[in-house]
Amino acid sequence: MKFTLSWLKEHLDTEATLHEIVERLTAIGLEVEAVDDKATLKPFVIAKVVSAVQHPDADKLRVLMVDTGSGAPIQVVCGAPNARAGLVGAFAAPGTYVPGIDVTLSVGKIRGVESHGMMCSERELQLSDEHDGIIDLPADAPVGTSYASWAELDDPVIEINLTPNRPDATGVYGIARDLAASGLGTLKTGPVAPVAGKGETPVKLAIEAPDLCPGFALRLVRGVKNGPSPKWMQKRLIAIGLRPINTLVDITNYVTFDRGRPLHVFDAKKVAGNLVVRRARAGEKLLALDGREYELTPDMCVIADDKGVESIAGIMGGELSGCDENTTDVLIESALWEALNVARTGRALGIITDARYRFERGVDPEYMVPGLELATRMVLDLCGGEPTEAEVVGYAGHKPKVVSFPLAEVKRLTGLDVAKDESLSILTRLGFKPLGNGDVVDVGVPSWRPDVDGKADLVEEVMRIHGVDEIAPRPLSGHDAVNGKILTTLQIRSRFARRALAVRGMLEAVTWSFIPAKHAELFGGGQAALKLANPIAADMSDMRPSLLPGLIAAAQRNADRGMGDVALFEVSGTYEGDTPEKQRRVAAGIRRGTAKLEGPGRYWSGNAAPVGVYDAKADAIAALEACGAPVDRLQIEAAAPGWYHPGRSGVIKLGPRVVLGHFGEFHPKVLEALDASGPLAGFEVFIDAVPEAKAKPTRTKPKLELSAFQAVKRDFAFVVEKTVEAGSLVKAALAADRKLVADVNVFDIFEGASLGEGKKSIAIEVTIQPVEKTLTDEDFEALATRIVENVKKQTGGALRG
Amino acid sequence: MTDIDQLERTLSEAIAGAGDEAAIEAVRVSALGKKGSISELLKTLGAMSAEERQVKGPAINGLKNRVTESLSARRAELRDVAIAARLEAEKVDVTLPVRTSPAERGRIHPISQVIDEIAAIFGDLGFAIAEGPDIETDYYNFTALNFPDGHPAREMHDTFFFQPDEKGERKVLRTHTSPVQIRTMERESPPIRIVIPGKTYRQDSDATHSPMFHQVEGLVIDKTANVANMKWVLEEFCKAFFEVPQVKMRFRPSFFPFTEPSLEVDIQCDRSRPGEVRFGEGSDWMEILGCGMVHPNVMRAGGLDPDEYQGFAWGMGIDRIAMLKYGMPDLRAFFDADMRWLQHYGFRPLDLPTLFGGLSN
Repeated sequence: MKFTLSWLKEHLDTEATLHEIVERLTAIGLEVEAVDDKATLKPFVIAKVVSAVQHPDADKLRVLMVDTGSGAPIQVVCGAPNARAGLVGAFAAPGTYVPGIDVTLSVGKIRGVESHGMMCSERELQLSDEHDGIIDLPADAPVGTSYASWAELDDPVIEINLTPNRPDATGVYGIARDLAASGLGTLKTGPVAPVAGKGETPVKLAIEAPDLCPGFALRLVRGVKNGPSPKWMQKRLIAIGLRPINTLVDITNYVTFDRGRPLHVFDAKKVAGNLVVRRARAGEKLLALDGREYELTPDMCVIADDKGVESIAGIMGGELSGCDENTTDVLIESALWEALNVARTGRALGIITDARYRFERGVDPEYMVPGLELATRMVLDLCGGEPTEAEVVGYAGHKPKVVSFPLAEVKRLTGLDVAKDESLSILTRLGFKPLGNGDVVDVGVPSWRPDVDGKADLVEEVMRIHGVDEIAPRPLSGHDAVNGKILTTLQIRSRFARRALAVRGMLEAVTWSFIPAKHAELFGGGQAALKLANPIAADMSDMRPSLLPGLIAAAQRNADRGMGDVALFEVSGTYEGDTPEKQRRVAAGIRRGTAKLEGPGRYWSGNAAPVGVYDAKADAIAALEACGAPVDRLQIEAAAPGWYHPGRSGVIKLGPRVVLGHFGEFHPKVLEALDASGPLAGFEVFIDAVPEAKAKPTRTKPKLELSAFQAVKRDFAFVVEKTVEAGSLVKAALAADRKLVADVNVFDIFEGASLGEGKKSIAIEVTIQPVEKTLTDEDFEALATRIVENVKKQTGGALRG
Repeated sequence: MTDIDQLERTLSEAIAGAGDEAAIEAVRVSALGKKGSISELLKTLGAMSAEERQVKGPAINGLKNRVTESLSARRAELRDVAIAARLEAEKVDVTLPVRTSPAERGRIHPISQVIDEIAAIFGDLGFAIAEGPDIETDYYNFTALNFPDGHPAREMHDTFFFQPDEKGERKVLRTHTSPVQIRTMERESPPIRIVIPGKTYRQDSDATHSPMFHQVEGLVIDKTANVANMKWVLEEFCKAFFEVPQVKMRFRPSFFPFTEPSLEVDIQCDRSRPGEVRFGEGSDWMEILGCGMVHPNVMRAGGLDPDEYQGFAWGMGIDRIAMLKYGMPDLRAFFDADMRWLQHYGFRPLDLPTLFGGLSN
């Protein structure tokens, strides 16, 4: 909502400065977004060309002597064709910033002749596009005074960022009313006097859709003379960004902004028969005033004549019945439209107009008729003509809302101590009607405040006018104990997973929750319930089933920028369905190129190898460990989902049913579909699937048992079938003696012809921890035999000879 | 010159001439071994007369002691030389670089870090952290928050919708974290003090708007919480978060459907230095958050009686306050995962924000 200072002062009698007004507007909830105080125009003064002679060295230039009203005439070189002795125009002295050419003037020589300033065109002052010559003012324009103030171009423009609950402030008058209530002046505009019309309005109006049109006021003015509107009106409309059209149309725009009351004018001679307010018929079309044709539906409300639709109710009129300079008889419309319907229609048609803006917020029903009277008055004043009597159809009158208001609510909700009289006075100044003066009063809500429904709304009115700054901050009642844990288990796990992965040299990314449908489908997603109906871009359409496609795409983007060795992770949500339970919490990461734990790339002490499945496995387990998963009980199986490389991936499980995650290299077809390449390995762990640790009565750690006996390490190498998994061999060795075998570590894997076709050797180091006594050679021998026997039984492996 | 003197001179020369430990051992054996020259001399003592022994005994033993001593001295000397040689041979170029540690290379995203900072501050004020789902029902995202159907305020939210289900209801991507207010009120009884960080979504994209962004919501409900308390909480938060001794904030009346009265809050700052915002000084106002007293209709939707309970709520952009504090110029880069950006603006994994150790270093 924009307006100028002089416009505001037409309604508000105030001594306040622009700065005070702006500060007050913001303080009472009408946030000032921008102020154009026209300061750039201030330095330009009216000056008179005393003499103009040809430039000695340039055909198109003249050397002027200019009287600027202070001191001797000044020499100025000028190229304008209309520069001549006697011309009065706008002069800019050296040091002046000229907005139209974005230059700060200095004294300069033009083709050898000194120039001490500039005579300006309208374009150079950004007043218009006019640049055929310099500004040419009437001869009596006062030399030496400010051009902008003489030409009334210095009226500051104020723009407020209006919240949707304040339709009353969509007009300058309403803003003045708020300022006056806040004590910044007095409201000086009185009620609108009705115009005496003669005879009935010949065009009859019928409302066939009373649910969409709670009232309609109409009047004909015959014999008007339409043309350009007066300069003062044009200036105001231009100042707020509107284009003057002709007087009749400009009046409707003016009243829209002056009073928040949208109007429409029909050229009566272009209206066929009577008017009817009805729902549009399917397929009906209207060529609107913006020159575009709109196809209407029965959900939309229109004003139609015998020929068809002439106007989209509350939004925009039709081109064919619009007023132009030939209009002699004008029908003025001031109607009420159902706010929701206007909003829906406007949205459906994609039309944003000043009328829609006001109707969908709710215009003052009680101003329907005064608005018509005001418009009629202006038409008569500016265009002449003979008005008929106003015809008012369908308006049942306004029944004010009454809110029961305990005055103590102000203190309860805001902490402010406002005297009862002051509260009631504020409400009264805003147009509310408090009844009585007890502790609880019934407050009548003015017709222009549809947003006020309850006592909290009245608290806000008192608070904003009394002053929010009056509320002194007061500490929240303290908690008289040391703070306990405030994070949920899932939040704690997410934090730990993040820090654990970052400590492994990975960078935390935050990627989009929505990904291309193709990517979602590749990772098990793409179901209809997770597709956005209105994605912001075609490739941001599906809620992600996995963090991996986003991370792989991110890694590829980095690779495309020349950074191929990248390790990324993300801890965030994935979506298996559209209910809260189906949103998972996942930690995922990928490594690309040679982005290994120990560092990427070539290095004097040894180059980093390409990343692979084991890097991903280590990351996955680290993330799970950080989340409190029982790492010693994890089972690894080779059955990861289809987007992984089938031979280089695994599933991490806890027991037969709980899947904690997957890891591995990726399937080449999936990478191809993602347009990704390079050594790439990743993992995804479901941190919401990690079982919650049992609540313990104490934080005491189990007692540290230090054995008195030294542990011994023995090596074994087994030849097994190539298909035998190292994990099962380790398990067999551990199971050989659960008491004595403390640890089993695989230290070598070897495949070679010497072992035979389809065979491999797995070498393990077994840590033996005597428990009760030092073991004898015989004891060791017996244990070794048990280990070899059990490995043989479980895996078919034989001790390598 | 006696034999003893002669022997001593010979042995001394041999010891001095021994070039390594093996040579010195050979000298030792030749002198002090079973059949060594000194051992042989000692053996002769037994056959001597008492007088002779009294003269020769000390002489031979003196010789033995001196030779033993110089053997050991020479041995030590030789070991030092050997060690010096080994050390010289083992010398490496210590200016060669070493790999950085993974913990030094890794980074935490500014959003995660700022959420931790927020949790640290509000934890100190006795708040808990709540969360809720990204995919919401129309009810939780709008209706329960007092957005009437078709109200222009709904349009301000540029909502992402899913396809309608068989009942014609369509889920939305939450446009704010406020639905968690309702979910919390349904689950817990007052007093409630929570902050709610999380992802939010709006159909909007430019340098300061992203279709996905992060918000933190706060909610206090008890029997006394009012605007004065709200001002205090928010001022304390801003001081702590921006790590400045003073902030000046401007509370302006505004409008949100779910609060009444509603306020927007500007923070005073100095933006005269390019790419940097300083709080607690300067003459600019920057909008930083919206807040207000929980609307009675929202209380009712959460199952609470607005005449018995009261409270306030606020919401602010996590990405936005991260940008203000740490100076990232463009919101879109937050979600691009460019490793140069992450390395530059990210935080080291062991920089844990705490109040006792400082939020940031």
